[in-house]
Amino acid sequence: MPQFAVPEHAEEGKFVGRRITRVENITLLKGKGQFVDDLPTKKGTAEVAILRSPHAHAEVVSIDYSDALALPGVFAVITGEDMLAETDPMIVGFENPIDYRGVALDKVRYVGEPVAVIAARDRYTAEDAMDLVKVEYKVLKPVIDPVEAAKPEAPLIHTKGDSNCVSRRTFTHGEPDDAFAAAKRTNEITIRYPRNSITPMETYAVIAEHMEETGGFDVTSNFQGPFSVHTVMAMALRIRTSALRHHSPTNSGGSFGSKLTIFPYVVVMCVLARKAGRPVKWIEDRLEHLSSANSAPNRVTRIEAAYDDDGIVSALRMEHWDDHGAYLRAPMPAPIYRMHGVSTNGYDIRHLEVVNNIMITNKCPTGAVRGFGGPQLYFAVERMMQVIATELGIDPLEMLRRNLIKAEQFPYKAIAGALIDSGDYHRTVDETVDQGGLEELKKRRDAARAEGKLYGIGYAACVEPSQSNMGYISTLKTGLERERAGPKDGAVATVTVSVDALGSVNVIGDSVPQGQGHQTTLSQIVADELGLRPHDVVVTLDTDTAKDGWSIAAGNYSCRFAPASCSAAHEAAVKVRTKMARIAATTLNVGVDEIEFTKGKIHAKSNPDNAVPFYRVGGLAHWSPSSLPDEMDPGLRETSHWNAPELTPTTANDEINTSLAYGFGFDFCGVEIDPKTGQVRVDKYVSAHDCGTILNPGLAEGQIRGSYVAAIGATLMEEFKYNEEDGSFLSGTFAEYLVPTAPEVPELTLIHPTPNPSPYTRLGAKGIAEGNQYTTPVCMANAVADALGRKDVSTPLTPSKVFEWLHDTEMQPKGATPPAPAKGKGQAIEGVGETLVPASPQEVWNILLDPEKMANVIPGCHELTEVGSNAYEAVVTLGVGPVKGKFDAKINLTDLDEPKSVTLSGTAQGTLGSSSGSGSVTLEAADGGTRVSYTYEVHLSGKVAAVGGRMVRGAARHLIDRFFKALVRQAGGEDDGGGGKRGLFRRGGS
Amino acid sequence: MTKMERAGRYPVEFNLNGEPVDGFASPRMLLSDFLRHEIGATGTHVGCEHGVCGVCTVKVDGKAVRSCLMFAVQAEGAEIETIEGMAEADGSFSALQEAFHQNFALQCGYCTPGVLMSLSEFLGRNPDPTEDEVKVALSGNICRCTGYHEIVQAAMDAAKAIREGAA
Amino acid sequence: MKPPPFDYLRANSVDEAVAMLAEQGDDARIIAGGQSLVPMLNMRLMRPEVLVDIGKLEETRYIRKSHGSVEIGASTTQGEVMDWDELDATLPLVAKAFPHIGHFQTRNRGTVCGSITHADPSSELPLCLAVLGGEVTLQSSQGARTVSAGDFQQGLLTVDKEADEMTVMVSFPVAQSGEGYAFQEFAHRHGDFAVVAVAAKVTGDSIRLGVGGVADRPEVRQWGLLEGDALDDALNEFAWEMGGSDDIHASARHRRELVRHLGREAVADARQEAGI
Repeated sequence: MPQFAVPEHAEEGKFVGRRITRVENITLLKGKGQFVDDLPTKKGTAEVAILRSPHAHAEVVSIDYSDALALPGVFAVITGEDMLAETDPMIVGFENPIDYRGVALDKVRYVGEPVAVIAARDRYTAEDAMDLVKVEYKVLKPVIDPVEAAKPEAPLIHTKGDSNCVSRRTFTHGEPDDAFAAAKRTNEITIRYPRNSITPMETYAVIAEHMEETGGFDVTSNFQGPFSVHTVMAMALRIRTSALRHHSPTNSGGSFGSKLTIFPYVVVMCVLARKAGRPVKWIEDRLEHLSSANSAPNRVTRIEAAYDDDGIVSALRMEHWDDHGAYLRAPMPAPIYRMHGVSTNGYDIRHLEVVNNIMITNKCPTGAVRGFGGPQLYFAVERMMQVIATELGIDPLEMLRRNLIKAEQFPYKAIAGALIDSGDYHRTVDETVDQGGLEELKKRRDAARAEGKLYGIGYAACVEPSQSNMGYISTLKTGLERERAGPKDGAVATVTVSVDALGSVNVIGDSVPQGQGHQTTLSQIVADELGLRPHDVVVTLDTDTAKDGWSIAAGNYSCRFAPASCSAAHEAAVKVRTKMARIAATTLNVGVDEIEFTKGKIHAKSNPDNAVPFYRVGGLAHWSPSSLPDEMDPGLRETSHWNAPELTPTTANDEINTSLAYGFGFDFCGVEIDPKTGQVRVDKYVSAHDCGTILNPGLAEGQIRGSYVAAIGATLMEEFKYNEEDGSFLSGTFAEYLVPTAPEVPELTLIHPTPNPSPYTRLGAKGIAEGNQYTTPVCMANAVADALGRKDVSTPLTPSKVFEWLHDTEMQPKGATPPAPAKGKGQAIEGVGETLVPASPQEVWNILLDPEKMANVIPGCHELTEVGSNAYEAVVTLGVGPVKGKFDAKINLTDLDEPKSVTLSGTAQGTLGSSSGSGSVTLEAADGGTRVSYTYEVHLSGKVAAVGGRMVRGAARHLIDRFFKALVRQAGGEDDGGGGKRGLFRRGGS
Repeated sequence: MTKMERAGRYPVEFNLNGEPVDGFASPRMLLSDFLRHEIGATGTHVGCEHGVCGVCTVKVDGKAVRSCLMFAVQAEGAEIETIEGMAEADGSFSALQEAFHQNFALQCGYCTPGVLMSLSEFLGRNPDPTEDEVKVALSGNICRCTGYHEIVQAAMDAAKAIREGAA
Repeated sequence: MKPPPFDYLRANSVDEAVAMLAEQGDDARIIAGGQSLVPMLNMRLMRPEVLVDIGKLEETRYIRKSHGSVEIGASTTQGEVMDWDELDATLPLVAKAFPHIGHFQTRNRGTVCGSITHADPSSELPLCLAVLGGEVTLQSSQGARTVSAGDFQQGLLTVDKEADEMTVMVSFPVAQSGEGYAFQEFAHRHGDFAVVAVAAKVTGDSIRLGVGGVADRPEVRQWGLLEGDALDDALNEFAWEMGGSDDIHASARHRRELVRHLGREAVADARQEAGI
């Protein structure tokens, strides 16, 4: 094996702060990780597939799964009816009209909503069964845009309520009205932040089994916490919380917030397991994940600032329309409240008004996504700062400097309640500017601009909160409601350190890692306290709610690990150390203060030879309780339930210290835009994060670089797209939802600023995982705004979008009028056309009104039945080339004006998705027959819309073309497909 | 002509990391599922099942391929290499694994087996690549944790170590 | 995401494969590399009754020069062609296109014939075949026929191939001295399907330009040696005539500009290579 120039762990000194290689790698690099689907399951475990809604909004008229259940190998099917009978609604933190049980009840409210859940002997069979479930829907008008959804005329999604706005609160901190009235200047912008998620490579996974003896369930899933949601699951299942035993395995394939919202599926799988009478396992597939797992809330923010001629901002006003999709899943709408305390970012702004509208729309319900409310908030604040700087002609960096909190102000109580623990923002900015080469970058910009290039520089600063206050979501309630519900605050972390009879050290904890290297970090911390090496400490972080210490804050989210779990580990290790020191002091006959732990020995500080091996003290605690000092309990197992007193409840005036520790990030970048392609090229990107004490530079740097690239994706390419008219989901594959790969990633210049440790965490560490989610989108948007001299800039900065910003006019064709551009933007597929049919208008009319003849005209029609006056039902096989599927179609003829015009409308539904459309046909006598002209509008939804992004329009055109060619043929025209000529239409109806 | 009925289960044999393995598969069973659930070689993971993400990459007859885009019955008689066979005979890391370890080139580790199998073929063909060539070679493997920087560094280090080891 | 059930036939010869197609008709599909087919099967976008596997047929695994063309057999992978040491000299356009085609892992199994028969409107190989004026050879139990590239790809995923026929070979005309070739592509990420791809061939008296990713199939125009405004006008008319539409990856208008822009670049590159 080759040798690398990396030293073995040095024998001297502390391990915290050093670049210790990860113990996790030993198994992961050999393919021996233990992810949910790698674990052995009990014999007879069924596998699960979920039938999902193709519609954004529809009544579920009927579900018939008898054929599915009859398929050999299928064990059970459940629908909303089972959930209604066997569960209670999954609650969130405030009263609202939503009845959410994980499977659609009376209505479907987003594309991808579960409708029927099937357990079978394997996933292949379960998917076969899925194709046999017949669901009848009555399609309703959806609402997709959160501001539209707030209007009284919008379709009401949850009919038990009276508005799609399920919570609206206004917060006033300081005297914003006075500040605005007194301000010399004000400015306002509106921000639209898109939907995205970081889509971990391992999808959701749940194994559930009904346990007869407790009446509850044993569950293994890659749920990430917070474990407060454990209560939500147990209550929904109508069982004691202790009867819901949840295991998380050793490894989780990334989460980035996503795996919080597995919990509804846990409830569903429990119900299914009970009905199937056997354990069930569900491994979400990628199409399910993209359409239905999770998304950050998209948000519309109107932000207004009051400031003076020097750019000193005195007040901000913000109104947010935070779009949570079709249902709220606990702890939603947390992202907007998690950031509430730092609504003024890192600026010394003392007057603030915030209005939060929590909106329901026909999209996938939201959940946690790395950054958790920060990207949306900071995009608005940091864009505002740049807009003001531009207006006043102040350098945007100078604008930031004038408003940032000053070093002497820490700890700083922000106006909305954040107690910002430590920092030296101006120094961090200065170090970044110096080390990152801003002056050089400005020269590059000037040179590029002199050549006529579109080049801009952007800046962004952010406060990076870590370890959430479990009380912040209560800020959504009024003071009176909070009083009634009882106080909520704090955030308990639990770690246990034990030493066995041979001095071996075990650590267990509640941090539920998803790849961050928690085992390595905790081993460093505990090793330092006990005078050992990291590899002497075995850290086990799979969890079992029946056996492990945990509290409601347990889990891995909102940068909890570094402040919380590491503090708890430190405290537990100190407890063990204290106890061992007392035992050793007796043995060595010195005072406890004299005891030191070094290199596997416990010894007297002043006389290192007066020592006892670490393992021997461990042995005494187990083998000889009688020799322990007075009143000492035997054994060596210490648990810390660590909480920070600074995490206080929301005040009567809605001030909330939303997090415990607050890091600081500052970025700048230079971008160049290619006017020909609209592509944004990052020339240089510089980022700095002060996260206090760095526990392991290798791990910390990995978090920053990972966040940076996730943010590059969100900035340049990632968006969950919905058709604004019909609500169909358009980003259903990894070829539609584009995430960065190695060649697309611009180089990151990473600055290591002087750290400002947190006074409130045990090791001074703050979180580091989310910083670039906050800064990068708006830093690059500011750079693009600078390059283009444009105020309204939104992400993702896709080439088409930037191209359209750049060019008002287009070179026109020389010939005739250009064809009407397809209406586009992912909305309805529309078209017009005409064809000459060699028959009289009356003859054409007769074809259209004759079911038998129509059966020959409709592409792929197998059978057509007249079911009423001018109403037909048909079974058709539709598709292009090899892609095809069977659909049940309903066709209506309306607006009949014989023999001049008629409107055909209808719907089609099948396993590929569903379609609705209408077309008006006009018949005019012309030379050689009848000129048939038509206009049509088609909506596609479900699988075909989600995965067929590049081709659905072409496919629809193709089918309509076929319809009219067949009409020509039926009317006795040239048989352009059935004759000897080899061609497309010869294959006819398939 | 070999014919396999849809409802049947057929014996499939191939060499996995140099050792013969066998199991039964219906014609439609994906190679990724066969490896994981029939053979029990769960080191190869599954990420998208439509050939984009590269998580399930294995080597078939020396070539890195998507095991989600192959049927188990198509692997009959093949030489298949997966992550489980990458370490040295004594269990120590190969140069590539060691470089990943030293460079912090993995976080959750879920995509890593596919990345390693891709790089294994790539470095065999191009033992002295530039960073840009490594990035292009990695473009068929999505990693959501690391941001690729450390993976590129690891590949460069591994290439150097392999070259020096061979010299 | 698991494929629907199908019967699987491993053909030991082309005769066996086409006999199966004759028996099964439209219910059977040929699988060679499966890199386009299997994703669609996994998504259940298609449900063939029978898959006929020709991936291991030695009979159709060849790259050979014949009558001024390079002939590539049905089971020859893209990777094998890309590695062929005469590729640069004989098919410079294809050589320039290859780095844009998927990733090496998909090229290791994906076949040239499969890509051309699949007829994705954004694929690079059908575009190259169309610009070079190549041919596709189809075989059924009744015999073989050859179709020009222009006639073969009829539209979206639709080709002039009967249900009882399989593509056994494609042939690309060999580049002649004095010709210049260029390939330009705009894609969001390395290896993605093209938003717009442009392939150009310049000879002593003509420009032949093909565009993929806009219309339902690659479109080709041939002009004299246009320059300056005349070239711009021709590209503009071409861009409008293709009638592309908006999708989630790009607007129609953006695509038109990419046709104009990449078209100009490709023509310039090809002229330079041709020394014209």
